[in-house]
Amino acid sequence: MPVPPTVRLANEIAAQFHHQSADRAAAAIAQHIRAFWEPRMREELLQHTTSTPEALDPLVVAAARLVS
Amino acid sequence: MTLLKEPDRGTPAQPGPAVVDVEVDGIPVTVPAGTSVMRAAALSGVDIPKLCATDSLEPFGSCRLCLVEIDGRRGTPASCTTPVAAGMKVRTQTPKLEKLRQGVMELYISDHPLDCLTCSANGDCELQDMAGEVGLRQVRYGYDGENHLGLEKDTSNPYFDFEPSKCISCSRCVRACGEIQGTFALTIEGRGFESKVSAGGQPFMQSECVSCGACVQACPTATLQEKSVVQLGMPSRTVLTTCAYCGVGCSFKAELRGDELVRMVPYKDGGANEGHSCVKGRFAFGYATHPDRVLSPMVREKITDPWREVSWEEAISHTAARMREIQAKHGQASIGGITSSRCTNEEVYVVQKMVRAAFGNNNVDTCARVCHSPTGYGLKQTFGESAGTQDFRSVAQADVIVVIGANPTDGHPVFASRMKKRLRQGAKLIVVDPRRIDLVRSPHIEAAHHLQLRPGTNVAVVNAFAHVVVTEGLVDRSFVDSRCEGYDEWAEFIARPENSPEVVEEVTGVPAAEIRAAARLYATAGNAAIYYGLGVTEHSQGSTMVMGMANLAMATGNVGRDGVGVNPLRGQNNVQGSCDMGSFPHELPGYRHVSDDAVRAVFETVWGRTIRPEPGLRIPNMFDAAIAGTFRGLFVQGEDIAQSDPNTAHVTAALEALDLVVVQDLFLNETAKFAHVFLPGTSFLEKDGTFTNAERRINRVRPVMAPKTGKHEWQIVCELAQALGYPMDYSHPREIMAEIAALTPTFAGVSFERLDQLGSIQWPCDDNAPTGTPTMHVETFTRGKGRFVPTSFVPTSERATRKFPLILTTGRILSQYNVGAQTRRTANVAWHPEDVLEIHPHDAEVRGIRDGDEVSLASRVGRTSLRAVLSDRMPVGVVYTTFHHPVTGANVVTTENSDWATNCPEYKVTAVQVSLRTTQREPAVVD
Repeated sequence: MPVPPTVRLANEIAAQFHHQSADRAAAAIAQHIRAFWEPRMREELLQHTTSTPEALDPLVVAAARLVS
Repeated sequence: MTLLKEPDRGTPAQPGPAVVDVEVDGIPVTVPAGTSVMRAAALSGVDIPKLCATDSLEPFGSCRLCLVEIDGRRGTPASCTTPVAAGMKVRTQTPKLEKLRQGVMELYISDHPLDCLTCSANGDCELQDMAGEVGLRQVRYGYDGENHLGLEKDTSNPYFDFEPSKCISCSRCVRACGEIQGTFALTIEGRGFESKVSAGGQPFMQSECVSCGACVQACPTATLQEKSVVQLGMPSRTVLTTCAYCGVGCSFKAELRGDELVRMVPYKDGGANEGHSCVKGRFAFGYATHPDRVLSPMVREKITDPWREVSWEEAISHTAARMREIQAKHGQASIGGITSSRCTNEEVYVVQKMVRAAFGNNNVDTCARVCHSPTGYGLKQTFGESAGTQDFRSVAQADVIVVIGANPTDGHPVFASRMKKRLRQGAKLIVVDPRRIDLVRSPHIEAAHHLQLRPGTNVAVVNAFAHVVVTEGLVDRSFVDSRCEGYDEWAEFIARPENSPEVVEEVTGVPAAEIRAAARLYATAGNAAIYYGLGVTEHSQGSTMVMGMANLAMATGNVGRDGVGVNPLRGQNNVQGSCDMGSFPHELPGYRHVSDDAVRAVFETVWGRTIRPEPGLRIPNMFDAAIAGTFRGLFVQGEDIAQSDPNTAHVTAALEALDLVVVQDLFLNETAKFAHVFLPGTSFLEKDGTFTNAERRINRVRPVMAPKTGKHEWQIVCELAQALGYPMDYSHPREIMAEIAALTPTFAGVSFERLDQLGSIQWPCDDNAPTGTPTMHVETFTRGKGRFVPTSFVPTSERATRKFPLILTTGRILSQYNVGAQTRRTANVAWHPEDVLEIHPHDAEVRGIRDGDEVSLASRVGRTSLRAVLSDRMPVGVVYTTFHHPVTGANVVTTENSDWATNCPEYKVTAVQVSLRTTQREPAVVD
């Protein structure tokens, strides 16, 4: 099963912030997604946080809450 | 204008104020110390006869024609090699000098064919001019004795001839090859009467010559002459314009005879190139009139249908109707556009405006997405501006030059010549590259350090550099404390053991001692400048690496003055400009985010439309959305995404899924195979507008000929916008620039009129900097304080495996340009008829591959075939190819991986297997 692009991209963003505390990392990821992702992509990511959260880095799940 | 002949003052200008007073033939003149008598005379209005002297070269003193008399001095010194002295009184015309000069000219002419009337240089020959100037009326020596008139002509080079019988052995060509180009391919072979110019004893085409044209430019006779001049005759008028190849953005004199372009000659006053050129800009312009060009608009219902030529009116109304149909069915955000870095600022601006105002969304992106988008992100985050910090001249002040992931001698050859000149003067060189590029060791240049890192480990290396700087006390605390923020957190991060050279050695493959030595050199040598290319950006951590380099420059105080900085070497002629013009889906012109209400309000007032506050789709996102079915129509301006973008299978699937693909281009490229509408575009010789090069220099692009298609590209876009119901009307591109300037603070002072006055302008250009800004961040950073950003190294997920044990990295070569659409349609193919795979002899041997064998190159996404060339330029385990030919389809094997911040593709790291082909070559296929 191929990984959906939004999941892959979000996990790649999250990997860049692992050196930070979880709160700061989630905020930075959310800020990045807000600034650069088109609404459809954000919507799709939010759906993945509920439908397939296990596919997502926990930091992405935390960030998604801030995006929404 | 009529043919522009630039003044030649014989020897180069000297730096410094004019402080030395001299008198030339009774005319007083004040010049800088060190100025030659010849130049001082020229500045006073007195031209001294000369042959071996020209002001692009250091004085040589061989022709003995420029002799002068100086009061109080004995003899008749050569004015080119004699520096001025205070109070000097020079006489340039005396009976004695007249006699001497006539004698010298007699000797030259006695061994020169007197075929002036039929010579290709007739009217543009300095020997001819000087014969007239010195009053030569007779030649007492005939052709009976030994002479050089029978020497054979070398016509091997596709662009110029070498006719040694016309050579006067002035050495200008030899010196130009060395001093200006830095290749040293030419020499004077033999001594005395046997002396002759030689390309290493071989025909030019087989020699080390890189066909930059510097020797042709320097030659005072017809000895080195453009073939086009031989065929067409001397040009009679000049149009000043800008090259449309790489991001150096060289200024050229397009020289025409009537309406026919005869030659392109580099312009001495061009800020980027100062009279130099490369084989592409100088000679490879024939594609503009190539018969492959499509000149009429075409449409078809399905991509399997044949094309049907239509009128412009039908093409535009058909396109607009189809776009509105798609939007009505699938929503306003279901269409978008891609702008081109080969087009002018004005052409790009109108496309992004059409998308935002007429399409009503922000789905606009640019081909910079796949090259330098991480530069925009990384430099904005750290310095506050998405642009390089210096002008090209700055490199002449650098004490240490760091070249990371760039191959300037091939990709940016005219800038490379500047760089090589500085390196020959003694600046130290550090090269960070998996491949041993030519700069590592070339004539009179040897890198102090070549850090041959494993592909994909840039960030680990730059972090290790910074680790050395921080832990060994090499930080410029004064600069950091006064100019930057975030240092303490960054320093704590970077000082961690995980970033030490000793720890990263295992992953990078670079010996720790080598990194330590290079880092110390960078931090302590005075002015240290970083120059980088796509080997930095086209990685999964491209943006991180850009920030890592910015951190390093700030920590060592190497920002904000001449000779330092962080400098992207941009790939295409207008990458900087296309980004400046608001081509990114999250930014309006001037790099201002679409979510900024105040900024949007400014544009909405002028454009008369509401702009969406949310970012649009980037190119890879467009492909994903196309496959998902939510994105259905795409306008592509001058980019061949089907060939240039990674993971061809994915791109192809996306293009096939679209209901409407509109391609605006010169040729029916690979993308056009998926197009429903083809709108023929214009070459740079037809364009009227501006390009912005890698040093933020805005240059005029002036039309050499009328659009062969009948319309300028900006006009077509405006008509399409109007057909979509959005009024967009300009009578001239200067009006577009006026709108750009009115809406974009960094362009506030830019206009066509100002550009015509100043020649070029480096933005920011406003009331504070009315003539532009060569060096950025001088007193403060654009964002106020420079911001340190911790840059954690995250290895790419693309790794060598048992199935794909080699790492493929890609690049380009001197004679070809990107996907080759232009250069493949010129005689440049003589140097590069096909893409080849460079493979280390060890990797080849274990696979039974010999030099020249056909091999199969396979990755997890596709495979292709090409010819192997054994080379130890790469370390064992790394292979290399170029992507200039569609038949090879190098991007069939590159993957969907991309930079985490910008989605710039990770072209530089692909796990592959190479195997010997035993059957005929097959086309590239996707798995």
